[in-house]
Amino acid sequence: MVTFLFKRLLQSFIVMFTVALIAFSMFRFVGDPINNMVGQDTTQAEREVLREKLGLNDPFIVQFGRFAANAAVGDFGNSYKFKIPVRDMILERMPATLELAFVSAILALLIGIPFGVYTALRRNGFWSKVVMTMSLVGVSLPTFLIGILLILFFGVILRWLPTFGRGDVVDLGFWTTGFLTWSGIQSLILPSITLALFQMTLIMRLVRAEMLEVLRTDFVKFARARGLPDRSVHFKHALKNTLVPVITITGLQLGSLIAFAIITESVFQWPGMGLMFVQAISDVDIPIMAAYLVLIAFFFVVINMIVDILYFAVDPRLRTKDGS
Amino acid sequence: MKLRHGFLAAAAAATLALSAPVAKAETFKFAFQGNLSSLDPHSLNETFLLGTLGNIYEGLVLYDDNLAAVPGLAESWETIEPTKWKFNLRKGVKFHNGNAFTADDVVFSWKRALSEGSDQIARASKIKNIEVVDDHTIIIETPAPNPILTSDLAYIYIMDKEWSVENKTENATSASADNSGNYANLNENGTGPFVVVEHKADVKTTFKKFDGYWGTMKSNVTEVEFTPIKEAATRVAALISGELDLVYPVPVQDWNRLEEAAGVKPLAGPEARTIFLGMDQGRDELLYSNIKGKNPFKDVRVRQAFAHALNLDAIKKKVMRGASTPSGLMVAPQINGHIPELNTPYAYDPAKSKELLAEAGYPDGFEVTMDCPNNRYVNDEKICQAVVSMLAKVGVKVDLLAQPKSKYFGKVLATGGYDTSFYLLGWTPGTMDAENVFSSLITCQNKEAKKGMFNLGNYCNPEVDALAEKIGSETDQAKRNAMIKEAFSIVQKEYGYLPLHQQPLSWGVKDGVTVNQRADNVLDFRYVVVN
Repeated sequence: MVTFLFKRLLQSFIVMFTVALIAFSMFRFVGDPINNMVGQDTTQAEREVLREKLGLNDPFIVQFGRFAANAAVGDFGNSYKFKIPVRDMILERMPATLELAFVSAILALLIGIPFGVYTALRRNGFWSKVVMTMSLVGVSLPTFLIGILLILFFGVILRWLPTFGRGDVVDLGFWTTGFLTWSGIQSLILPSITLALFQMTLIMRLVRAEMLEVLRTDFVKFARARGLPDRSVHFKHALKNTLVPVITITGLQLGSLIAFAIITESVFQWPGMGLMFVQAISDVDIPIMAAYLVLIAFFFVVINMIVDILYFAVDPRLRTKDGS
Repeated sequence: MKLRHGFLAAAAAATLALSAPVAKAETFKFAFQGNLSSLDPHSLNETFLLGTLGNIYEGLVLYDDNLAAVPGLAESWETIEPTKWKFNLRKGVKFHNGNAFTADDVVFSWKRALSEGSDQIARASKIKNIEVVDDHTIIIETPAPNPILTSDLAYIYIMDKEWSVENKTENATSASADNSGNYANLNENGTGPFVVVEHKADVKTTFKKFDGYWGTMKSNVTEVEFTPIKEAATRVAALISGELDLVYPVPVQDWNRLEEAAGVKPLAGPEARTIFLGMDQGRDELLYSNIKGKNPFKDVRVRQAFAHALNLDAIKKKVMRGASTPSGLMVAPQINGHIPELNTPYAYDPAKSKELLAEAGYPDGFEVTMDCPNNRYVNDEKICQAVVSMLAKVGVKVDLLAQPKSKYFGKVLATGGYDTSFYLLGWTPGTMDAENVFSSLITCQNKEAKKGMFNLGNYCNPEVDALAEKIGSETDQAKRNAMIKEAFSIVQKEYGYLPLHQQPLSWGVKDGVTVNQRADNVLDFRYVVVN
């Protein structure tokens, strides 16, 4: 177990380092940060001074080394644009993204699983076909378009829901939450649906496929033969067995929910980390971009590691193999 | 002409608003595409930042609704010598924390604007010394006679010395690590009519009316809420849904939508920004062309051919939805030094272009690459595409390289080594005076003298340079204007630049809200009336 953990930790570290290296080397192609940091009348000499002070004239490897060393102790430097520590900005923005991702994950599960079960049981039913067709739309329409359409319909035409922002938030000191105010909850609805739609259809299709698979297995047939009622066969025997892969996938998808929030956040001007990242790209705010990418990599690595450890605990075959 | 109605409606609403009793609390919410990156008035020399901070901080001089310099924290001023100005400071002015405004604050703020990390050094260096005569009188000395000192003073905002010292923010906020937590970056203490209640960088900024404001203003607004909204579609939707009172900029393609929607309207006017094309006239061989061994743009006939190949009216109609103002001059009508008789654009005459190209030795045209930003100016990439097709008609094959502004500016500006042969750029002189256009765009590139920094194609004429030098120091306005006229007509005759148009300001407002759409795209809360 210890060797396994150690190995995984080392792998995670290498992944993080590689992400940081690739991300950092790409920043050189985003453009020149200095022009976004000064006004048009700022002289060439002043621009050079700034460039030198920020260490932008240093060789790539020196710049990266400095970044990696600081990042290792959680220091991501100051934002070029806002001139405040990036760490503070991320901590300020993280609640918005995490709340959005959380609500979206719940929505995706609450809607995806029942629909998946339904379409598996009534495979040829009319409504199943409708749902399946709709889910195709959900998978194929770009998030950006879905967001704009929702805004148009519910925000502009019906005027039921706010079109942008997070509404009023309550500051708990370490966390700002939109769950405690009416406008905060209203503001969550459209973005979370937009973000959840893809995951929802994914989970639905996954549950459906797994259900169909399980329904064909012998123990389900046997349960039927025993004369158990359909409800018991479907939900107690079949669904339970489909949930293992669903939970795994959902766990892994949580990472992508956070990462894919970028588009949803920019459509709804949701003040989370994704929006901050998009803004940072157009400002060539390298410290923010670097910190964000490393953080997202960190999320994925941690989630993957937890999943692996769970497997390790659940599956005895892994243990023996590792032990030998 | 629908827009005209928008204007009239706005004017009508304004009269209504003025006659209505002003008592209840009015909240005004607006969104802009960019963010308010800092509250420090010396941190960034950018129009949106300075314009917005102009509601909480003030200079000795203020811009009024027409961009004319009017008394601000200085009640009056006079020139006692060509390089010495006496300013009488306003008495009884209070900062937001209650401190009194005095001459010391002016000296302090000027020095802070010169401090390391400040982006206002260029502006503040136009002052050599400030002598305090008494608490409310100062004498400002300039290194050379400066006819436009007042416009520079409008954007040197005055901070409270005591407050700054107390909070250890004597130096401007800079991006380097040693300066984090600069107090003035996130807090303010100005003399302006509004106070910042809450500032979350890039999320939301809330302003409240300052009860102790020395001046009177037209506005009946008691609270202002600013949200940056990056996506144009979201911005427009937020306006139409009634959540916001003003959004800008609105894509010109969306004007029809705003006109058709109930309760909102587009508000358009000419911006003081001139969009133009520049050509590399400095190098002996173009960096990006199929002509080797010589530079076609060095031949005035080629530049002239380009000028006559451009159909500015077509750009106005097809690309700008009728909202641009075709221009023949490098400065807009709102800019001091604009010469109306020189503002006629070069005539559209493709036949003549072909002739000129043939005369110059390019009967079949030539190839050149054009650099163009795609997210900086109104429809910038589309303008470039139009230019490409117009030039194709006279035989010039243009390869278009349109990039996001960070990439574009990184390539074409001095930092990228002026890596361009043919480019599109826009310019609003920060001082609202033609002199800035001469020193930045028209004077020969000169690193030591810090001149011609944005003269990317290095148009260079010593005669114009000499005139520009004099324009910078001549205090007799009539003489000065004559020199500006002479200099501009030389540039025009030499086809040094190809001005295209003034781009439109494009805002969207809720019915019943009147604002003053200033030509530099600045929203001054002093003129916002919510009905």
